[in-house]
Amino acid sequence: MDITLIWYLVPALVMFCCGVYGFLTRRNMIAMLISLELMLNAVDINFVVFNRYLYPGSMEGWMFTLFGIAIAAAETALAIAIIINLFRVSKNIDVRDTTKMKY
Amino acid sequence: MDITIPILILAIPLFMFLFLGLAGVKMSHKLAGTLGTLGMGTVLVLSYYTAFTYYFSGNPLFIDGTDRLQYEVFNVTWLQFTDFLSIKLGFLLDPISAMMLVVIPTISFMVHVYSLGYMHGEKGFQRYYAFLSLFSFSMLGLVVATNIFQMYIFWELVGASSFLLIGFFYTLPSAVAACKKAFIVTRFADLGFLLGILILSFYTKQLDFLPMTQNPQGVFASFGGATFMGASVLTWALVLIFTGGMGKSAMLPLHIWLPDAMEGPTPVSALIHAATMVVAGVYLVARLFPLYMLENAALMFITVVGAVTAFYAAIVACTQIDIKRILAFSTISQIAFMMVSLGVAAHNNEAIHHGLGYMASMFHLFTHAMFKALLFLGAGALIHAVHSNNYTAMGGLRKYMPVTHITFLIGCLAIAGIPPFAGFWSKDEILVACFENHWFWGAWMMMVAAMTAFYMFRMYFLVFWWDNPDYEARVKEAEAHGHHAAMPHDPSFPMLFPLVFLAAVSTVCGLIPFGQLVTFDGSEYIAHLNLPVAGASVAIAVIAIFFARHLYINKNDNPKAMADKVRWLWEAAHHRFYWDEIYLFITRRIIFDGICKPIAWFDRHVIDGTMNGLAYITNQASVAIKGFQSGKVQMYIWWYLIGAVVLGLITAVCIL
Repeated sequence: MDITLIWYLVPALVMFCCGVYGFLTRRNMIAMLISLELMLNAVDINFVVFNRYLYPGSMEGWMFTLFGIAIAAAETALAIAIIINLFRVSKNIDVRDTTKMKY
Repeated sequence: MDITIPILILAIPLFMFLFLGLAGVKMSHKLAGTLGTLGMGTVLVLSYYTAFTYYFSGNPLFIDGTDRLQYEVFNVTWLQFTDFLSIKLGFLLDPISAMMLVVIPTISFMVHVYSLGYMHGEKGFQRYYAFLSLFSFSMLGLVVATNIFQMYIFWELVGASSFLLIGFFYTLPSAVAACKKAFIVTRFADLGFLLGILILSFYTKQLDFLPMTQNPQGVFASFGGATFMGASVLTWALVLIFTGGMGKSAMLPLHIWLPDAMEGPTPVSALIHAATMVVAGVYLVARLFPLYMLENAALMFITVVGAVTAFYAAIVACTQIDIKRILAFSTISQIAFMMVSLGVAAHNNEAIHHGLGYMASMFHLFTHAMFKALLFLGAGALIHAVHSNNYTAMGGLRKYMPVTHITFLIGCLAIAGIPPFAGFWSKDEILVACFENHWFWGAWMMMVAAMTAFYMFRMYFLVFWWDNPDYEARVKEAEAHGHHAAMPHDPSFPMLFPLVFLAAVSTVCGLIPFGQLVTFDGSEYIAHLNLPVAGASVAIAVIAIFFARHLYINKNDNPKAMADKVRWLWEAAHHRFYWDEIYLFITRRIIFDGICKPIAWFDRHVIDGTMNGLAYITNQASVAIKGFQSGKVQMYIWWYLIGAVVLGLITAVCIL
């Protein structure tokens, strides 16, 4: 049995949709952050797979994946820092209660 | 010739302006006044040296046999626009600029000295001296200009310094109004000057005086007979340039600023509005005279404007009460004399020597500067003593101010044209030039000369004779109380010295052999006293003086009775024939109400309305949609997701 492109794309799509669902529905900011990571990883898988199957000679997809992982790490650190500070101030990280930044 | 001295002549007043203007606040009045006066004294010596070198050294640069040459001491390019059009700055020595190098520093120095006394203790004394230096710099730069654009630059500078000095007492609303009026009217006239310069340089491809005036036929040829509205373009250019001169020299109908300019300090009136700046228009025409000679139409225009102005100003001067206004109108009238003299120098008749009118005009410019400055400074002494500008507050002052009286009398005799005083010689030559052109101009100007004698002696007798019992009463009252009354008295030395000096000059300067020094083409012109004209003008002046003496020597009701007989004429002349009212009518009713207000309405309602409408729409739109920024992060994500899906669908639909 051949492992084709679609074998990778379907799990990546499932991961991405789980990430979107979690990001839209979870109230805890940490959980939202995890969902966000899920989406990013799905995208990373897509990059690698497309590179492997469509353009085997080149490296751009891998490079983008590495960039993606690095940026995701940095962004997670930033988000965690914001969330911790928010928790220190309000003892609460429920995203539905954090609505001060409006007009 | 070495260029150091000419550069210093311009640099010293400029430096003094900057120095006194910037550092003056830290100085005492005495130091600032002394510095300014010393600076001007240095300029006086240097420019006398330059002028005398030019006239009398016999250097082949300046004189060829008996022909005086025009010599550019230096002429450097300042701004290069195109290959042939550049603006230069330079120093031109020729008969008329050398003459002005004598006139301007002399009067300016006298005014500097005089102001030490007159402006003593005034607030802003240092500023006053800084402005005087600025004016001297600008005026000297104007007369030595080598090209018409340099002249224009300095022309505007004298206008600006005149504005600053008229408005010196800036807390007086009348002075502020007067300085604005002077600036706006002369600026308006300068628009014509600028247009004239542009037309002239467009056709001749140059701005320098020497190539133009030494080859007028070439200038004429470069215009190629172009015409505009029935007159040649050259005539238009020359008339437009003369318009600038009309503004500066207060010719009808642009004369309205000069009487109001008397709101400035009196020494300023003597320097700027009598002796130097207001003759800039005459100087301009004289500078370009070889071009004017080509166009009789332009010279005719000058003659008519001058003659009408001379008569008008003389009539108005007969009815004014403020002595400075009388002198202002007298100045207008005398400048008009110079203009007419230049105008009648046209050679529409081969028999006459057209050099005479030109020479007479320059001669009158010279003598007039001396005696009019004297009269203004005398008026300043009177105002200083009496604290009023009106002759009604004076009278019988000859007993109290003997030196002022004698010097003022000399000034009046000079302007009235009584030999041997200065005015006689120059005015006589102007009259001869007028008669040589046409008997009408001669007769007309002789009538004006008689009126000049009349109004000057009317003022003289009203100020120095005509009883003023008020003073007698004051003396008696003071004696009764055993102390001296504060009577009007002769001014102190700094004010007295210029009066005496200028009176001496006004007495003798008519004897200068002017024809040998300043002529139109540089060659010597021997003026002969034309006995019939001279005799007639003296006779008519003497008659006018005796008439004035008869009317005004003692207090009586005759003048009033005479005025009552022609009350409408007297009122009209007293109100300067309503020129100011006419101007106000035109500007307020027609220009402001008719043109500016609709434009302002359009601006306020249509243009601003459009802009305000746009701002209002933007504002309302943002108020309407600001609810979207709710602070609920997951709502934003929903909108984002929906948008992304919609965009994806649109793309898919478009591609498939």
